[in-house]
Amino acid sequence: MAILHLEHLAIDLQTAGRLRRVVHDVTFRLAEGEAVGLVGESGAGKSLTSRAVIRLLPDGARVHGAILMEGRSITDMSRESLRSYRLSEVAMIFQDPRAHVNPVRRVGDFLTEALVERGEDRKKALEIVTGLLATVGIEDAERRMRQYPHELSGGLLQRVMIAAALSISPKLLLADEPTTALDVTTQSDVMVHLDAQRRGRGLAMVFVTHDLELAIAVCDRIAVLYAGHLVEDSPAAHLHEKALHPYTRGLLASRPSPTLRRERLAAIPGRPLSGLEVQEGCVFCSRCAHAQERCQKERPVLRELGDARVACHRAEELLEGGRSGGADGAEFEVRVGDRG
Amino acid sequence: MADRPVGLREPGPPPALEVEHLVKVFPGPRSAGGFLAVDDVSFCVPQGRSLAVVGESGSGKTTLARMIVGLERPSAGRIAVAGSARSWRRVSSAERKRRAREVQIVFQDPYSSLDPRQSVRRCIEEALVLHFDLDRAGRTARVEELLEQVRLDRRHADSLPKRLSGGQRQRVAIARALACAPKVVICDEAVASLDVSIQAQVLNLMSDIRNETGVSYLFISHDLAVVRQVSDDIVVMRRGRIVEAGPADRVLDAPEHPYTRRLLAAIPRPGWRPAPSQEEVGTSS
Ligand SMILES: Nc1ncnc2c1ncn2[C@@H]1O[C@H](COP(=O)(O)OP(=O)(O)OP(=O)(O)O)[C@@H](O)[C@H]1O
Ligand SMILES: Nc1ncnc2c1ncn2[C@@H]1O[C@H](COP(=O)(O)OP(=O)(O)O)[C@@H](O)[C@H]1O
Ligand code: SF4
Ligand SMILES: [Mg+2]
Ligand SMILES: [Mg+2]
Repeated sequence: MAILHLEHLAIDLQTAGRLRRVVHDVTFRLAEGEAVGLVGESGAGKSLTSRAVIRLLPDGARVHGAILMEGRSITDMSRESLRSYRLSEVAMIFQDPRAHVNPVRRVGDFLTEALVERGEDRKKALEIVTGLLATVGIEDAERRMRQYPHELSGGLLQRVMIAAALSISPKLLLADEPTTALDVTTQSDVMVHLDAQRRGRGLAMVFVTHDLELAIAVCDRIAVLYAGHLVEDSPAAHLHEKALHPYTRGLLASRPSPTLRRERLAAIPGRPLSGLEVQEGCVFCSRCAHAQERCQKERPVLRELGDARVACHRAEELLEGGRSGGADGAEFEVRVGDRG
Repeated sequence: MADRPVGLREPGPPPALEVEHLVKVFPGPRSAGGFLAVDDVSFCVPQGRSLAVVGESGSGKTTLARMIVGLERPSAGRIAVAGSARSWRRVSSAERKRRAREVQIVFQDPYSSLDPRQSVRRCIEEALVLHFDLDRAGRTARVEELLEQVRLDRRHADSLPKRLSGGQRQRVAIARALACAPKVVICDEAVASLDVSIQAQVLNLMSDIRNETGVSYLFISHDLAVVRQVSDDIVVMRRGRIVEAGPADRVLDAPEHPYTRRLLAAIPRPGWRPAPSQEEVGTSS
């Protein structure tokens, strides 16, 4: 059984006094110990999707479809089961750790909080988190636990957050852009621990990021979101050679490379749409170099293609013919510039 | 440091920007000696070229930029634009305006760097009124030209910033900077907060503008992949000091300083795995 199963997840939010759909259709399964990268540009619905899994949505939000954790529905959970779910099965790490810690409580108290709440003896809890700090590369645990959050750098505090997440021995880790605010070397220092601990403990992970390369490096699968829709779900290892959706290929091609200067970057024309803006037809239609009449009228459904899933009418065709022109993004060259 | 030294002046026309032995000490602790944010920095940007300053958070990049545009007074050193040295003595307002025009800056945050009550057209016009003696028709024509240069649709000209996307706002900020016909445009993390597809558009645009106008860039970034795309030369800063400098390809293909190597090694790319960056003991707090 999948540890996590999202089936046609849709999320409506209260905006300007009325409910509007921002996440439209997200379906994926996550096996035990598996990591999926949720990638896409801003407004795609990555954060909302991950937050829905731990039921941390804005007030007034409405969820449709199913979110199942080992077969149990998250959306139907009682307060009490939700509490125990959050204390023992799932943990979340955020982009801005400072917004998620109490600035006047010591690091040690923060770290032991969940364990103590779960009924663990305080001394035992301290022992556990001291060990955990060492596993995320923090040597002087005793000193760190007496410090306040503002006394730690961003990278250290994020490692403390990882230790806190691990403290409950969850089965599933949700990480929403955990390294986006960090310097690139600090990101590497944080990711090395997150990755090692996750693999070592056989944790499943939903890793939210806008950095496709980072996601490919630490995840088994990549789920690409665009305008509130899951448009591709492919094995991470194949993505560079065999990205199926034109948007995924566009994302790969538009990022500059540290090893190679390109004459021009293969920019995708236009701007990313949020789920609030979708119209009839394929959600990527307005920016897609391969759009045809059918694309404008008919929304492609997510379907299996080999070991991946994709929502594009022309996926096979483009995979056949586009091998050469696809991955290097040459197809986008002629349409540079956002005039929309 | 091998190759053509980025810190030294070449024969020929004066460089667009030249910085020599620049120092900034902020008052305050570090045992009362103050905090040394920029420590003896020298480089020059020849006309029409693009120099990138890279380094991690706190390395002094923004402080450097603020000194060059005159928002911060250097503790020591010399800044020269198109051959004439900046002075911090009292100067006439005409002179001050001329200097302000020569160096323009585009910031990271396209949301906070524009006046929310001003339409795109007004925003660009304001810069023109301040710096040039143009009649109405001349101004209108120049605004059109600038909008075209940053590939902004005419129908965006009368919009307020809040109705524009991040990438469009950043184009407006670039158009406003170009309105002054500057010698140098400083971009302080100007594409860092943009979505990757929009970032690519703006980076392409910036190289087009350089080809079209011959403007020079001082491109401040922590992102070495972006830097490879837009710069001819690179200066790597760490804790206020230059640790390595040289032509972009040389610095990125054959980095000499361990810090540059660490920065490069940490960038996710095909085949990359996270690894400890060998942070030295004592650098974290
Ligand atoms: N007004 C000030 N007073 C005291 N210290 C300052 C001041 N402005 C900057 N600093 C310090 O100087 C150092 C360099 O800051 P600066 O903003 O130039 O860094 P940066 O390289 O632009 O970093 P980032 O990549 O985070 O933008 C930092 O340690 C900063 O805390
Ligand atoms: N609290 C909220 N109220 C209203 N709209 C929201 C709220 N949170 C997110 N949204 C909107 O929902 C869409 C998806 O948001 P989000 O999941 O945060 O995207 P991502 O993480 O992919 O950038 C965006 O259009 C965003 O503006
Ligand atoms: S369905 Fe059509 S418009 Fe959508 S991604 Fe595929 S080819 Fe492009
Ligand atoms: Mg988000
Ligand atoms: Mg800065």
